[in-house]
Amino acid sequence: MTAQTTQESRCRITVNGTAREFDGPTHTNALDFLRGEGLIGAKEGCAEGECGACAILVARADGDGTRWTALNACLLPAAALDGQEIVTSEGLGEPGDLHPVQDQMARLGGSQCGYCTPGFVCSMAAEYYRPERAEAAHAANTDDDGDHHCGPNGFDVHSLSGNLCRCTGYRPIRDAAFALGTPDTDDGLAARRAAPAPAPAFTDLAGADTPTGETGRYRRPASLADALRILGEEPEALVVAGGTDWGVEVNIKGARARSVVAIDRLAELRRIEIADGFIELGAACTLSELERELAGRVPLLGKLFPQFASRLIRNGATIGGNLGTSSPIGDTPPALLALDAELVLTSLEGRRTVPLGEYFTGYRQTVRAPGELITSILIPTPLAPMTSFQKIAKRRFDDISSVAIGYAVAVDDGVITRARIGLGGVAATPLRAVATEAALEGRPWSLETVRAAAEVMAGEGTPMDDHRASAKYRTAMLASSLERFYAEQLTLAGHGRGE
Amino acid sequence: MSHLSQRPAGAVVGEARPHESAIEHVTGTALYTDDLGHRMVGLLHAYPVQSTHAHARILNLDTSPAEAVPGVVRIITAADIPGVNDQGAKHDEPMLPVDEVMFYGQPVAWVLGEDLEAAKAGAAVVVLDCEPLASLVTIRDAIEAGSYHGISPVIDKGDPDGAFAEAPHVFEGEFEFAGQEHFYLETQNSLAYVDEGGQIMINCSTQHPTETQDIVSHVLDVPAHQVTVQVLRMGGGFGGKEMQPHGYAALAALGATLTGRPVRVRLNRTLDITMTGKRHGFHSAWKIAFDDDGRILALDATLTADGGWSLDLSEPVLTRAMCHIDNAYWVPNIRVKGRVAKCHKTSQTAFRGFGGPQGMLVMEDILGRVAPALRISARELRRRNFYVEGQDTPYYQPVRHPDRIEAAWSQVLESADVAHREEQIAEFNARSEHKKRALALTPVKFGISFNLTAFNQAGALVLVYKDGSVLINHGGTEMGQGLHTKMLQVAATTLGVPLSRVRLAPTRTDKVPNTSATAASSGSDLNGGAVKDACEQIQGRLAQVAAIKLGVPAHEIRFEGGVVRGLSASETLDWDELVRAAYFQRIQLSAAGFYRTEGLHWDLSSMRGEPFKYFSYGVAASEVEVDRFDGSYTLRRVDIVHDVGDSLSPLIDLGQIEGGFVQGAGWMTLEDLRWDTSEKPTRGRLATQAASTYKIPSLSEMPEVFNVALLQKAHEEGAVYGSKAVGEPPLMLAFSVREALRQAVAAFGAPGHSVDLASPATPEAVFWAVEAARERAGARANTAESSEGAARGVAASMP
Repeated sequence: MTAQTTQESRCRITVNGTAREFDGPTHTNALDFLRGEGLIGAKEGCAEGECGACAILVARADGDGTRWTALNACLLPAAALDGQEIVTSEGLGEPGDLHPVQDQMARLGGSQCGYCTPGFVCSMAAEYYRPERAEAAHAANTDDDGDHHCGPNGFDVHSLSGNLCRCTGYRPIRDAAFALGTPDTDDGLAARRAAPAPAPAFTDLAGADTPTGETGRYRRPASLADALRILGEEPEALVVAGGTDWGVEVNIKGARARSVVAIDRLAELRRIEIADGFIELGAACTLSELERELAGRVPLLGKLFPQFASRLIRNGATIGGNLGTSSPIGDTPPALLALDAELVLTSLEGRRTVPLGEYFTGYRQTVRAPGELITSILIPTPLAPMTSFQKIAKRRFDDISSVAIGYAVAVDDGVITRARIGLGGVAATPLRAVATEAALEGRPWSLETVRAAAEVMAGEGTPMDDHRASAKYRTAMLASSLERFYAEQLTLAGHGRGE
Repeated sequence: MSHLSQRPAGAVVGEARPHESAIEHVTGTALYTDDLGHRMVGLLHAYPVQSTHAHARILNLDTSPAEAVPGVVRIITAADIPGVNDQGAKHDEPMLPVDEVMFYGQPVAWVLGEDLEAAKAGAAVVVLDCEPLASLVTIRDAIEAGSYHGISPVIDKGDPDGAFAEAPHVFEGEFEFAGQEHFYLETQNSLAYVDEGGQIMINCSTQHPTETQDIVSHVLDVPAHQVTVQVLRMGGGFGGKEMQPHGYAALAALGATLTGRPVRVRLNRTLDITMTGKRHGFHSAWKIAFDDDGRILALDATLTADGGWSLDLSEPVLTRAMCHIDNAYWVPNIRVKGRVAKCHKTSQTAFRGFGGPQGMLVMEDILGRVAPALRISARELRRRNFYVEGQDTPYYQPVRHPDRIEAAWSQVLESADVAHREEQIAEFNARSEHKKRALALTPVKFGISFNLTAFNQAGALVLVYKDGSVLINHGGTEMGQGLHTKMLQVAATTLGVPLSRVRLAPTRTDKVPNTSATAASSGSDLNGGAVKDACEQIQGRLAQVAAIKLGVPAHEIRFEGGVVRGLSASETLDWDELVRAAYFQRIQLSAAGFYRTEGLHWDLSSMRGEPFKYFSYGVAASEVEVDRFDGSYTLRRVDIVHDVGDSLSPLIDLGQIEGGFVQGAGWMTLEDLRWDTSEKPTRGRLATQAASTYKIPSLSEMPEVFNVALLQKAHEEGAVYGSKAVGEPPLMLAFSVREALRQAVAAFGAPGHSVDLASPATPEAVFWAVEAARERAGARANTAESSEGAARGVAASMP
């Protein structure tokens, strides 16, 4: 044991109703912690949040109550669970006393090799307990875009899109999901939803010694001021929110941060404000929370959310994190660029506002200074009436974009008055298609204009070849995108849902 | 009806039962190899040092820096191997390289650490000093360099040259298509220790425990009886654990003998993808002749399998590909040449279908491409060429039950409402500018048995305890396919006891020796025969005891549902009571069962014989919708009729059909292996080496409507309880998806044009095919056949 390890620095985690302690190296993910405890239900299939074999349920705050939230344990620092309650496949039910989800999966042939099954069971249980599911049961079960596909019981099948199965072909899994009823009155996990979720613990963990001596320090400050103070003292400390990037860096690339500061539960970063002239989104809101809270209020984001990774990722990943990691293929920047969003950056020196278009400076480089945090995202209103999000990828859901394009266009009296186009995947940074915007604005909203501007758009960015797509295809996607947007808007207008 | 195939009254086989481990699966209590590690004291963790060259001469391997890393316990190199340094089937695959690395990512040494962190830290500082050598990365590189290994078999039947000379329609072309990563959710795992009796005990995720045992035995230079391999269950195999686990098992075993501690080898996803073999990609060059009615007259093809750096199973994969190039079609005159390209990549291996899919894909691609030129719909072209009674394959095996192809085809036409939907699709396409739909049907005929006759044998050990409970052991392994469920059903059926009286023990080489791989879809046929044989031996002895007790002749004794009765006796006996009585009469209550498939013969040198016990048949109809803007598509509906004989376990079989189909659809569409073919230092590196870059189908890719029916009246004589194998054949039903995509692409162009589609048909590939079709439609109309030459790789000639 090192000197720092004191009784106080241990994490206490409630797993399936039983208190357990953790004081291992801070790079330990929740999956390895659980498996080390002999809870071998959760499996490692990919260690990067793509397969869902490690999914667990975490009790997360939802208003005054609790929402059982499915997360990839491989992407979650074990220390982030300090003071929290989690449930694994073993805790949902056991042989002889199966949970309804387990019962349907077993009965209908939802498992073959069984390796992905505990993760599926947890994702499915989260959807089983989703409070809005009963309402969805009465709504139309598929939307026009196929972004949502609900069973007669309101079960959104895309809640399972972050779980991979190589054996079944998924049909029996879908049938099991659609066969689920509503929780019984004596269902403890259902009842648990009414009580508040555990509050964040103000963790300060310096993990126990290991053979290689790498332990690190993990802190969860109590307030934004505390977080900024730590970052002021240690500008090189790693800021972690949802952990969906942290996990990949740790598990796949072997990153071992000496100091981690967790900001995902800071109340100051979790507000959503809908005001006159702007909508402000707290940087530590997860994409699932925003999807739920905005409820279609920002149609462009409403279009983006279902295509952003998978439910398992959206439950952890924050909007601030997607900008903080500043990947050229992040999915929120093209949409937020089209929305003319601004970032609020806060440090000990105070806060400043930066247009997203000026935020990215190079490959994974931004204007954010050491010690500075993204605290919120501002979206000016009113919103442009015609918006769209196009994501080009191999797989429709749970994939990384080859190209992503966000549109926000206003037309007045047949003339384009304002066009904003955000691009991802075609340069070292996300960028705005400024030349194309200029080629559209002031011109009639017509196929002719669109085709002329498409030639400009084909020249935006500097696409490259990689394993996801060729440069030629990326350029072709830029070239075809406007006409696709135009055709889509025509269809919407035809359905009476356009402007 | 044969004794083997006949079902008794009250048979438990044929009942729809969930997987025998389903409850353990859903509660997270089912144990896999790596789950056992937490139960061991002093467990060491292994991590490899990987080559960063596609091909290089090893100048020096300095492991001393790793020795200084805290927590590192031992470093293993080739010099530590006491026996034969080989992990393959052909003695061309060193477990650890001595002087030459053969692919990017090849392990050159392993570090054992107190924890994984220490092992990784140690592996990171080992210094491998290499002189890079010229490398061949793609199959085309290898073909151009004339780099081949292994056999070059030839199928030659009839008079192809004569047929080509006289045929009215001849086409030729090339088709190269990619391999596939297995992506079993559970990666390769081995856990080894030396037990109190000096036995080397290995828990391993292997489809071929006996071969794992053999290879551990020769690597360690100990006799096979000192090595025991146990398989609890696998988190998927798909062929990827037939040959690939052996080296890792041997490494774990070697580590355990060197340190005296248990050793865990668990590949993480990236290690697994970069180090283990995959489905073979193929190159094919072909020439085909038709008569005026679209009947195939002759085929001349060369199939080149992309074997990778060592042979592994490439030769049998190649011969199975050659034996399946006909698929369901009669080809009277045929010549097929096969060869295995040797290049600097992972050594490609078995994968569900084992070459069969590759051979069949060549034929389905040909038919899809040439149909427009023959002015016959692809659907009709396929049907006209189906085998009929009395015809035989290119390797001279008579095709039994060819009527089942036609039966399944007509059933799909009807149940899928094909004619009506084709009209609807035509209407949709006429009014839809940016999206087009198409529906395609393809058939499957797949030969069941190992081509190598010796592998078609199996053993079982059945133990009946004094209390009447039954424990069965057999040589097959469970990887999710439901083999164990079926074997429990077979045992309960044969003994006439309720399923609840039978338990199955994990597969172990010290229970049932000399087993064959659980592969070639043959697990149930072979092990089912062996389990049944063992149960019948015990039952025969018990019948003698019952006969005396009930006062009837032994041949009148019947066992059903745990009750034993005589046909002419009014009294009955409980199974448990009979067993107890037999014990006191000193009757042996255990038996070793054995089965071998009769009637097989195969001559590899002439590629002739009857290598297959029977053929499995199936037909699928798939409908797709393609978006021209980005080439993306959806799979709208799939209808399948598949022949599993009289199903042993219908829920299990349904799962195999659906799962095989979706896995095949993944291979045909999404799954895209990309190697670095540049001249950079990363040449030969696999670029798609993680779940984030190698995409398998997710729930969103499953067909929106998915109807699967088992072919009725399909009893199979001479197979266990009239059933047929099911593991592999349904994978090839997914060719219908690719053919539907081709037809949807064609709908963007003018009629009568051939569509050349890359494989996998990723959205990008489909996009380019659509662009080509649209371009042609915009160009001046040419006749179908003369414009054919414009399509890459297809040349058409009229006599």
